[in-house]
Order: sequence, then C-alpha cells, then structure tokens
Amino acid sequence: MTRRTRLVMFGIAAAGLGVVLIYGLAGLPAFGDYHGVYGHVIDRIGVTERHATDLVTALNFDFRAFDTLGEEFILFGSVLGVVLILREVRDDHERPRQQEAEEHSFAGASAALRAMALGLIPTLIALGVYIVVHGQITPGGGFQGGLILAAGPLAVFLAGRYVRMKRVAPHAMGEIGDAAGAMGYALVGLGGLVFAGVFFKNFLPLGIPGHLLSAGQIDVASVAVGLEVSGAFLVAWSEFLDQAILVRRNGAR
Amino acid sequence: MTVLQAAALAAVALTGGGVVLATDPVRQTLVLGVFGIALTMLFFVFQAPDVALSEIVVSTVGLPVMILLALRKVRRQERDRKEEGE
Repeated sequence: MTRRTRLVMFGIAAAGLGVVLIYGLAGLPAFGDYHGVYGHVIDRIGVTERHATDLVTALNFDFRAFDTLGEEFILFGSVLGVVLILREVRDDHERPRQQEAEEHSFAGASAALRAMALGLIPTLIALGVYIVVHGQITPGGGFQGGLILAAGPLAVFLAGRYVRMKRVAPHAMGEIGDAAGAMGYALVGLGGLVFAGVFFKNFLPLGIPGHLLSAGQIDVASVAVGLEVSGAFLVAWSEFLDQAILVRRNGAR
Repeated sequence: MTVLQAAALAAVALTGGGVVLATDPVRQTLVLGVFGIALTMLFFVFQAPDVALSEIVVSTVGLPVMILLALRKVRRQERDRKEEGE
C-alpha cells in the first residue's frame, strides 16, 4: 500500500469518525448533569444497609461483587498465561546463572538510592496494608493496596539486590498469595450462598459504620483481593525479572 | 467546570500527546509515568479518588516495570543474536 492510498483511507475514516463524534458530543447532557438512577440509590443505601462509607468499594465488593469475581479471575488467568509463556522459553541454562545473579547489582544503585529504597520498603508495606484493610471506609481497597504491597519487595530490587528480593518475596509466596486470594474471594461468595442463601450476599456482622471491622464481607473480600493482586504482580514481575536477568539465549555467553 | 478541572484536562491532553511523540521506548515509558500522574490529577479533581488511586499505582508501579523489563529482554535477545552472527 502506498503512502498516498493510506492517507486517502485515513482521510475517509477520520472524516467519518469526526462526523459521528460531533453528532454524539452535541447530544451529551450538560457538564456535571447526572441522569443515573443507580448512583442515587447506592448513595442512599450504602451507609444504612451496608455500613460502608466508601461507596465505590461497597459497589465493587458487595453490590456488584459477582462482577469483581470475574475481574479477579481475569487477572488470575492473565498472570497464569504470562507464567506459562515465559517458562516455556526458559531452559537448563538458568541454574549456572544463579551464581551470576548472586553477584548482580546495578552499577547505578548508589548509596542514596539504597537508602531511599530502605525507607521505601516499610512505608510501602504499611501503606499497602492500610489501604487494603480500610477499603470500606476510605478510597482504596484490595486492588490499589495490593499493588502497593507488591511494590515493597520491588524496592529491594530497586536497591540493586535482585536475589535478595527473591529471598524477601520468594516465587512460592507470590504464587500462594495469588491462589489463596482468588480462592478467598470465591469463598466469600460461597459463604453468602451457604449462610445467607444467595451467592455473595453478605453473611458477616455489619458493625458500626466507619470502624475498621465493619461493612461485613467488604473488608474480607478486600483483603482477599489485596492478597491476590499483590501475589499476581509479584509472580508476573519475577517471571519478567528472571527472563531479563537470569535467562539468556541458549549458546550465548 | 472549575479551573482545576480544566487544567487537569489540558494536562492530560498535553502529556498524552507527549507519550505519542516520544519515539525512544525507554523515554516513552517515563513520559507515560507523567501522563499517569496527569490522569491521576484528572480523576482526583473530578471526585473519583478510588480511580485516582488505581491509576497512580498502575501508572507508577505496575506498567513501567513490565514495559522496562520486556524492553530489556528484547534488547538482550537482539544483542545475543548479533553476537551469534559474528
């Protein structure tokens, strides 16, 4: 295809898209004009019926908990795919590379970077735990907190200590966290089925709004998702890191 | 629309353009981080703090690490292939 043909085709497509876009934008409601009914309902019943003050988390882990179950397993499945593909590439040459990785440290990992990483690790883990367990009270929850938690061990790598990162957060830990979190979230749903009669119907005491242990299943589900997300990212990252640092192509020095 | 909201929208447009215009993938990853911060500010000033938190963790930790590691892997493979050819 010549450049000219491509430009002509782009021109036709762009003009069409432009017309549709302008037509659509003209029909938009005014800025800030909210027409959804569902939002108002959630606004009204979130605190009274679920004792959760952060309605987004209440929506994710209670009202629409089933949707989140699907999302959980999308993440689980994608990480599984990454692991399967990357391990296929791996060969027997990995073992001798362990020695090399043992000595691996970044030339760029200065003392200042290491000191900063040392301060970052506990901060990230504390912040991650806080965000995971306070999902039902303040913005945040399992996904956000889980990724912050996974960033803690990553800071060890940032300090140029890859093998130590594997010692702080071994592969098995990530895998177990990923699997246990996914299972835990499904178990919350099953608990609803067994004790309340409906899949993902809250079966735990609701507590007092604004307290750490409140809003029934939301907190438990948030912790399960936090475990899953941090495990999933740790597994994916360490697979990529293994690939980038340990494994070289067969026959190459 | 408040001034803050307009500024956040403008920042997203500018940094988004920056990501497209940056040609070197490593540099692009860094600009992507700035774009992520702009998006975070956008979500925050439009009163979606949950989404802002998700955006900040994905754009500063999740995505760049994956991209940089994949880039490293690709480059190493290219170098190894070149060594083999020699």
